[in-house]
Amino acid sequence: MSETALTHTDTTVAPPMGMLAELTHRCPLQCPYCSNPVELERRSDELDTAAWQRVLREASRLGVLQVHLSGGEPAARPDLVELVETCAHEGLYSNLITAGVSITPERLAALDAAGLDHVQLSFQGASDEVTEHVSGMRGAFEKKCAFAGEVKALGLPLTLNVVIHRANIHQIDEFIDLALALGAERLELAHAQYYGWALHNRSALMPRRADVMTALRAVEAAQARLKGRLAIDSVVPDYYAHGPKPCMNGWGRQTINITPSGLGLPCHAAQTIPGLEFWNVRERGLADIWYHSPAFNAFRGTDFLPDTCQSCDRRDIDHGGCRCQALMMTGDARQMDPICQYSPWHDEVQTLTLEEAGRDEPFAYRRFARTARQA
Amino acid sequence: MNQALNDNTVMRLPRGVRMRHDAARGGWVLLAPERIFQLDAIAHAVMTNVDGKQSVAQIVDALAADFDAERGQIRRDVLALFHALIDRGVLEVTT
Repeated sequence: MSETALTHTDTTVAPPMGMLAELTHRCPLQCPYCSNPVELERRSDELDTAAWQRVLREASRLGVLQVHLSGGEPAARPDLVELVETCAHEGLYSNLITAGVSITPERLAALDAAGLDHVQLSFQGASDEVTEHVSGMRGAFEKKCAFAGEVKALGLPLTLNVVIHRANIHQIDEFIDLALALGAERLELAHAQYYGWALHNRSALMPRRADVMTALRAVEAAQARLKGRLAIDSVVPDYYAHGPKPCMNGWGRQTINITPSGLGLPCHAAQTIPGLEFWNVRERGLADIWYHSPAFNAFRGTDFLPDTCQSCDRRDIDHGGCRCQALMMTGDARQMDPICQYSPWHDEVQTLTLEEAGRDEPFAYRRFARTARQA
Repeated sequence: MNQALNDNTVMRLPRGVRMRHDAARGGWVLLAPERIFQLDAIAHAVMTNVDGKQSVAQIVDALAADFDAERGQIRRDVLALFHALIDRGVLEVTT
């Protein structure tokens, strides 16, 4: 396929700043809150190296500045070093989002030499036991700690990324100590967002209100104490919030997400909204997808939002929140996010949150469907 | 760590922070872990002098030669920018 020249310049739609490249859905971990869809895409459907390289070149020309190499586990792709090389060649800032359990020191050195800019390493627990319970992988904690040491030994900047939920919310202080001990510059403590596998496991993941408040206080205290030493980004659990999150900073506004098989999505959960037409990089140029695909244009701007939003002074701050969550709880993706205190569904969300937090369910671990399972 | 800056301080971009031109939107940006800082023309003029070699005094001198502004004002602006970027972890003092 030839590269399509970027001839279109739309005066109202700005080009994307970031691209989330989901290189594969394969992963050695089985975290029950995985942001991948419950229907995982298989290896045989993945884009090949040349296709990803073309997408990266098109992304650079379109205006993308940062590429987040993610998955699944991006290191499951044998061509990861080549793709980082392409990013560097195109001037794209490359961020590797990894579980850190399968990259050898030699391969990490090759990624570094290829021009990798930053490593974001996930932790599921701040101890061996919690990590194994959440990730479903024995020995993962030790491997992650060793990997962090190898990242720092090369001088690469390191961010630890933790999804917080009922099974690890008691470890906030331990995660902060861990980040300091491993020499990370940044720590992301992000409460689980209930889409995909996390939605599937909501009643096992939802923390209790008192624990959420304790955790938020611990984070605030640490942010003040460690200013200039460790940057701590905190993503609050929106089910306990009064206002919606500015989801993706607006639909089709800053970020494009490419799935392993090449679909261009406005966000990783967009496929949960029925009736949206997604275009594939196998058939279309990236600029064409960004500016013209029906899925990207479905919820751009705020004109489609209800009247309550139109007169709200937060309209251009939160853009009405999350379309997927609006659909999930109200049946209408054009509604305001039901997390919003002005939503007619807000009370229902509060009730549901209390119910879910009070349940005691086991994890359903993230796995490929049993039929036609592939390596 | 927020160090006190003086005329002899030498600044550099930490590993993982890069400055580049942003052709699609116009202007210059600092690319950092999970963040992008869009630089205005003045910030860009200052940052082009941050090379891990020039001291604060040398950077202020260079800018005073290029711009028609009072040296004391330039120095205040430069230090304010450096402090702001250090606080955000995208600039560091060489050791």
